[in-house]
Amino acid sequence: MLEILQEYWLTLLIGQYPHGPLGGLALTLILAVFGLVLSLPLALIITLARVSPYKVFSLPSTALVQVVRGIPLLMLIFGAYFVIPKLTGQVVSGFVTLLGALVIYESAYLSEVMRAGVEAIPKGQIEASRSLGVGYWQTMRKVILPQALFNVLPSMTNQFISTIKETSLGYIISVNELTFAANQVNNLVLTKPLQVFGILAIIYFIVCFTLTRGLLWVDFRVRKARAMV
Amino acid sequence: MFLLEPEQWLRLLDGMWVTLQLFAVSWLIAFTVALTLTVIRATNVAPARWFVDAYVEYHRNVPLLVQILFWYFGMPELLPEGFRGWLYQHNAELSLAAIGLGLGSASYVSEDMRSGLRAIPMTQFEASRALGASYLQSMRHIIVPQALRLAIPPLVSRALLLFKNTSLAMAIGVADLTYQTRELENETYRTFATFGAATILYLLGSFLIMFLGSRIYRHYQLKGGARA
Repeated sequence: MLEILQEYWLTLLIGQYPHGPLGGLALTLILAVFGLVLSLPLALIITLARVSPYKVFSLPSTALVQVVRGIPLLMLIFGAYFVIPKLTGQVVSGFVTLLGALVIYESAYLSEVMRAGVEAIPKGQIEASRSLGVGYWQTMRKVILPQALFNVLPSMTNQFISTIKETSLGYIISVNELTFAANQVNNLVLTKPLQVFGILAIIYFIVCFTLTRGLLWVDFRVRKARAMV
Repeated sequence: MFLLEPEQWLRLLDGMWVTLQLFAVSWLIAFTVALTLTVIRATNVAPARWFVDAYVEYHRNVPLLVQILFWYFGMPELLPEGFRGWLYQHNAELSLAAIGLGLGSASYVSEDMRSGLRAIPMTQFEASRALGASYLQSMRHIIVPQALRLAIPPLVSRALLLFKNTSLAMAIGVADLTYQTRELENETYRTFATFGAATILYLLGSFLIMFLGSRIYRHYQLKGGARA
């Protein structure tokens, strides 16, 4: 197991980078970060549409979220794989396909998290703010969203961890991320699949476990600091 | 152009059948393993607790796809030659995918059961032990039936997630609905029709599970007792 790690650690970490495209764990993390950052604004728009009093906005956004949540991410990735080229008329890379599918998928789930946060804010606050003459948008921006988004921060960090795990599906459409890199290593070693895939599982475990614990700790500190002020 | 031919629908339904089989088998595995883990965890003996915690943490922090690949590529190496040969002749992909999916989901299912268990007051357990019932008897007749009832709603959403996750099995060549959809698209180029049809089938499956879940929930609800 250690020999494999010694010989191929660079491939698992950054893929063929200096001589080829970036890959491995680095690409996995890039995909997860971009996936989350790009889906945040989209999720916010969907959330605003869902809590909107106008059915024109709330119905289609609800339908979108329910359909995306009802189908597997893998179907969405294949959908993006075939549909994006047809819509844009251009050949897009696996990276863009995976990122596009991840953004749509994550924004549906994140918007559910955000909606839960918005709905947990007592209605009295909206009414108080509105009766003081503050407009709908300003009430949202200055009163509701700052509290709601802060309250659901732990769920949003959880979503980030799930995104890291979901990037492993890139393997199926040959995006050069960690799982794909490990499979390449497995094809080179040929006789030790148990060790190679064991290493792969351990790497994911270390990354996700430390991130989960670390983010929990940060959240705990932030909440404590806030409570003391 | 937006509609599929009958025989193309049949191929998707073939895939749907495999998806449903995979879902049923892996759900059975997940449920059984999770129940065992929950009971082991409830003994509160330190080594048993560590084992269950390690099991849960491992399966929650490693992608399900990686777990399936591990079972498919790695595990057969450990099996005796004869059994491995037999397995590869009898649809190894399907059974290994079911094992991977089942063991992975078991970690989440056991967490749901544990929260159900925590909701039952410990005094009931103590009363049952004081009346002379053994640990396993109190668990089987008093605690677990109530805890499971409480856990039904989260278990239903867990089952929905598992149903969608069965699509990962196509990565090791199981001919499920996602697999058949991709094949059909490759052959016919009817992108929107195929993906539309597959989406409808997945949504129907999800609705079916939700419907069954609510039926089970209502069936097992305690008459006159505390409602979950």
